Amino acid sequence: MKRSTLFAAVALAALAAACGSDPAPPEYGANPTIPERERPLLPSMKIADPAPWGDQRPQVPEGYVVTAIATGLGIPRQTLVLPNGDILVAEGRGGGAPRLRPKDIIATFIKAEGTSSAASGNRLTLLRDSNGDGVYEGRTVFAANLNAPYGLALVNGQLYVANQDALVRFPYRDGQTRADEPPVKVADLPSAINHHWTKSLAASADGRFLYVGIGSNSNITERGMAAEVDRAMVWEIDAATGAHRPYATGLRNPTALAIQPGSNLLWAVVNERDELGPNLVPDYLTSVREGGFYGWPYSYWGRNADPRVRPQDPGKVALALRPDYALGSHVAALGVAFSTPAMGAAFADGVFVGEHGSWNRSVPVGYKVVFIPFRGGRPSGPPVDFLTGFHGRDGKTRGRPVGVTVDPRGALIVADDLSNTIWRVAPLRRSPAAEAPSGPAAQPERGRPPSATPY
Amino acid sequence: MAETGSRAPMRAIHPLHAALLAAIVPLYLGAFLSDHAYSRTYQIQWSNFAAWLIAGAMVFTGVALLWALVDLVREGRRRGRPLVYFLLLAAIFVLGLLDSFIHTRDAWGVMPEGLILSSILAVLAVAATWIGFSGLRGEGRWT
Repeated sequence: MKRSTLFAAVALAALAAACGSDPAPPEYGANPTIPERERPLLPSMKIADPAPWGDQRPQVPEGYVVTAIATGLGIPRQTLVLPNGDILVAEGRGGGAPRLRPKDIIATFIKAEGTSSAASGNRLTLLRDSNGDGVYEGRTVFAANLNAPYGLALVNGQLYVANQDALVRFPYRDGQTRADEPPVKVADLPSAINHHWTKSLAASADGRFLYVGIGSNSNITERGMAAEVDRAMVWEIDAATGAHRPYATGLRNPTALAIQPGSNLLWAVVNERDELGPNLVPDYLTSVREGGFYGWPYSYWGRNADPRVRPQDPGKVALALRPDYALGSHVAALGVAFSTPAMGAAFADGVFVGEHGSWNRSVPVGYKVVFIPFRGGRPSGPPVDFLTGFHGRDGKTRGRPVGVTVDPRGALIVADDLSNTIWRVAPLRRSPAAEAPSGPAAQPERGRPPSATPY
Repeated sequence: MAETGSRAPMRAIHPLHAALLAAIVPLYLGAFLSDHAYSRTYQIQWSNFAAWLIAGAMVFTGVALLWALVDLVREGRRRGRPLVYFLLLAAIFVLGLLDSFIHTRDAWGVMPEGLILSSILAVLAVAATWIGFSGLRGEGRWT
């Protein structure tokens, strides 16, 4: 026994040595290994090489089925499942930060190769499955002429939309397929430069406050410190007055927010800084502590100071909180959603995380949706692949997951901004009789017009 | 560096070649001064300036280097000042490329290599221009 263990250890060591320059697999969980910083002459890169899906489909776990419920969208990013089962899709591409260096021009060109060339939708599209068969035959434009909408939240009869420059709201009643009127502005959001333009959104359970994630205006302050005022933080906005205050700071790019059912805690997935090596810095999932400072730009993963920031601030570094759970470096988490028992026993307690996929790594990571199991309200194990196959073995990339939303009736809705598709992953219903009481077909047709004419 | 006993007449530097060569001094010097300003003030705009100045300098260095190579081959005399001039330009090109890559790093990641390389490049640019223009002395011959 001992000999075989020794043999295995030697074999592993030999294998590790043979792999040489190959980057180590990313570390997950509460205590990831934080390797030494690297300072390569050029960052290691592998840009997605897009290809159409053709006959291929993303892969799901045994007992689940994936379907494309909408295609041909205009850069779908985040989705929201409305009380009657309708799905709202926020479509758009924002940003447009000025290119200040030769690098900006070259990098923008290279990275654009790995994204969709579809026109920015700048709208909300509503998808409807009238008979609960999992086919979304209804499709209307709920609202158009928005400015790169991203975060969505429905609370107290108000639909809140986080555009790249402002938080707006529409009154919403069950069954509505189009907004009745133009949106009302709740608050302006920081939008100068907008290097990281996405504004993520969550509403407190009582609807009094809205939480908006605002990304930094640079990778690591290369646009100057002045550009970072009111950036890399989560704002708490009073729904009634529009007044705001920083709720938590030092979160480089909080790309998705979610309120944890039960605890009502705010959680976020955050994209960390690039160009420190293939295994730095882990993107993370964390509960967001009110008043907490999470390091950016001065430090990463707690108190690891980043020497690229000048002037440095050891006082701030000392205050930096460690996030709860590392998702792996460069995975680019852009979506987070808490699960429900309707997703099936193996995926009942935890969060789904949509990973857009890396560029700053010679061996790509991300490009999938993972499930982080929870126990007692905290992450309790390594990520489990839930939806994969976006980056194929042939090196081609067919899709890039962004927002994930759990349909309480038992389905995960995934926005894919490369193939401009909405994917729906649901447990396979083997026996219709057995699940009839809770199945989608048994849902009352609340708020639905008798005929689905307008779409 | 002393070139003695050379009797073969050398062509003076071509006016256009001279213009290309002359450009690299202010560009590399400007890059060095900009890097220096960034290192003192942390004002990122200086670092942006440095990156562009190096990029511009590299264009002129590249064309001048090509010209120097053609001259070297056509002269058929691969030693002395023309060779030193060519090697200097080649060194500037290699270090300039390195400096360009260093300047793709974000914020203080440029430091200190960027500042050191830019200072070396400024000195080399002066040296290359000095030697390159020496051909204009006297009767338009390499002395």
